[in-house]
Amino acid sequence: MWQFFHKLGSPKWFFGIAARLMPWLLAGGILLLMAGIVWGLAFAPKDYLQGNSYRIIFIHVPTAFLAQSVYVMMAVAAVVTLVWRMKLADVFVKSVAPVGLVLTFLSLFTGAVWGKPTWGTWWVWDARLTSMLILLFLYGGVIALDRAINDEKSAARAVSVLVLVGVVNIPIIQYSVEWWNTLHQPSTFKLTEKPSMPAEMWVPLLLSVLGLYLLFGWLACLRMQTEILLREQRARWVKDYVLAGRG
Amino acid sequence: MHPIRKKRLTIVLFLLVGLAIAVGLTTYALRQNINLFYDPTQISAGEAPVDVRIRAGGMVEEGSVLRDPDSLMVEFKVTDFNASVPVQYTGILPDLFAEGQGVVAMGRLDENGRFVADQVLAKHDENYMPPEVADALEKASKGQHKASGSAETVSY
Repeated sequence: MWQFFHKLGSPKWFFGIAARLMPWLLAGGILLLMAGIVWGLAFAPKDYLQGNSYRIIFIHVPTAFLAQSVYVMMAVAAVVTLVWRMKLADVFVKSVAPVGLVLTFLSLFTGAVWGKPTWGTWWVWDARLTSMLILLFLYGGVIALDRAINDEKSAARAVSVLVLVGVVNIPIIQYSVEWWNTLHQPSTFKLTEKPSMPAEMWVPLLLSVLGLYLLFGWLACLRMQTEILLREQRARWVKDYVLAGRG
Repeated sequence: MHPIRKKRLTIVLFLLVGLAIAVGLTTYALRQNINLFYDPTQISAGEAPVDVRIRAGGMVEEGSVLRDPDSLMVEFKVTDFNASVPVQYTGILPDLFAEGQGVVAMGRLDENGRFVADQVLAKHDENYMPPEVADALEKASKGQHKASGSAETVSY
């Protein structure tokens, strides 16, 4: 176990593993996401109350779900950076922060598009929407702080502390709909209970969530590989790799 | 584990626990400001301020919607099955507005305990179902026990 953990710290080792994983992640991700979205948008039954406008759930929920779990993964990586000083953890945080930013933006945007016909407004300052907006700013802050500090090591530490401070926002987003009166409805998907929608609606939703997870994995590997090549550009294995004509 | 790493891990854990406590206490202290709306029980208990812009939320009471034939004025009662508040609104209602549905209204409470709204938003619950299932459910509940009221199971 510890040996695996220490091996994971080696950028070269990770580079090889990522290269082997990526085709599977990409193929699986595209397949699942396409299946989920096509099924959800074209074949799933419409809702008795909202009609077809509910279908935005097949994009809104996966992006919102990923936006939060990417942040949790970043927080775990931040602990690893602070405690074990592992380079790869910092590479991860730096590589996925922009992805998280885009996902958060997409979930806010699709939510607003859905909110206009359903609630009658694009935006309300309720706890769920506001805490999600704070998540967007946190991602932006992480990216900005990383760019602002030139020294790689101090940037890694400062960013890790910021990521950890922001992680308290995640349970607030998650439970905002239960702790306070909000306009946003409680979660349809719960880990412990049956989803409050029939199977022909939640199966495509689950497929698109899983597909987006795999696609995120692929994108994270790709971005981490690029970042590793950039950081290790003086290492011999990088020179060999690039000169071999595969770069 | 290496002693230095252990020390760092302890510091990180302290940071997280301290932060969680600080944020928890802050949000607890601010809970009434974070709540988007007052529910009918709070309003009828006099917790909501009079003549200040606030939001009121709850279910539209069955059979309480009265439309003025000459204007866009609508009157209805918002309830949480415990207390209910009369609401007056002039304007276009969202598509999802119906008796038995959740709403959040923005406006002022007047001295008579009536809520004069200038904006009404529909609140959707977390339940989704195909139209055929909804029809079948309605038929089943009408056929069996009309009086017992299935309203308790609906969340708003």
